[in-house]
Amino acid sequence: MNIIRKLLGGLIPQRKSAKMARERLQIVVSHQRNDGGDVDFLPRLRHELLTVLCKYVKVDKDQVNVQLQRMDNCSVLELNITLPAPTKSSLSELDEVKAI
Amino acid sequence: MVKPNSKVIVVTSGKGGVGKTTTSAALGAELANRGYKTVVVDFDIGLRNLDLIMGCERRVIFDFVNVIQKDANLAQALIRDKRSENLYILPASQTRDKDALTREGVEEILTELRKEFDFIVCDSPAGIERGALMALYFADEAVVVTNPEVSSVRDSDRIIGVLNSRTRHAEQGHEIKKHLLLTRYSPSRVQRGEMLSVEDVQEILAIPLLGIIPESPAVLNASNQGVPVTFGAVSDAKRAYQDAVARLLGEVVEDTSQKGWKSMLLGGLRLFSRSAV
Repeated sequence: MNIIRKLLGGLIPQRKSAKMARERLQIVVSHQRNDGGDVDFLPRLRHELLTVLCKYVKVDKDQVNVQLQRMDNCSVLELNITLPAPTKSSLSELDEVKAI
Repeated sequence: MVKPNSKVIVVTSGKGGVGKTTTSAALGAELANRGYKTVVVDFDIGLRNLDLIMGCERRVIFDFVNVIQKDANLAQALIRDKRSENLYILPASQTRDKDALTREGVEEILTELRKEFDFIVCDSPAGIERGALMALYFADEAVVVTNPEVSSVRDSDRIIGVLNSRTRHAEQGHEIKKHLLLTRYSPSRVQRGEMLSVEDVQEILAIPLLGIIPESPAVLNASNQGVPVTFGAVSDAKRAYQDAVARLLGEVVEDTSQKGWKSMLLGGLRLFSRSAV
């Protein structure tokens, strides 16, 4: 059997190694991005959150805390945003909302 | 006064031995050829090699760490290249360890260099530890040097993640420009299906292509002589590095080395379609 296989080996095209390299890399890289992804986007996420928040409320740059905790089979994204003490106008707005 | 268009470019890869120092020297020399005042900074503290590749190893007196620790000033440590008045090198220390680099010290030196130079090319050490992180932290742009080989591509992906999160620009919510430079490329092996193609690597790493440097005897020849590839005799590698610099400067270049692989690729596709039928 081995001899036949060896003889046929010359005729049957080998699986191209570059293709194997590509497939292995695609898997390894996608795992890598999932594992290390937490640090990648956090600074930008924090920045974008700040930009959006600033449209609506006056927040201090240091008052936005973004943390990602990873456990065995899930991740928890924790956002901690301390809003400034409410002013009178915002309180009355809140009352209006309640009235509706 | 800091030059308004001054740019800090880090040459990085994660993996060692893929051609970071060769690339730093070649890009620096070509930028100088084009009239830009350029300095190449060796961040590989403890394992300096840029001086050797650029042929000024016997002229090193003071180094990067001496300047950080104020044992010498920047002007004393900078070595002017004998072949171009626009090209300088700041050598790394051979004796200290990488912890000698401090972020404040590096920032101070880069700020000084920005006053004098159009381009500051930072030759990063391998790995993703302190030295490498220092080399990339202040970068405006990054050249990711990659070989068409699995471990190099994986490490490049890691370093791209680091570039996206651990540079000063990233901390301020901006993304830095990243360029892929594929080195030691062999179109004939790609055609035979033995090597990852430029398309394969680009698809995985997903950053724009700066150039393809073919596997070439000219590279070892140049390093043997201490001559940056782009200062050396005409060769395929020299041409490819010149094209890469042109693209770095925003020029649109139709790559001659790409012609080679494009036609080969077409040849490969034809073969493929034939076997598919």
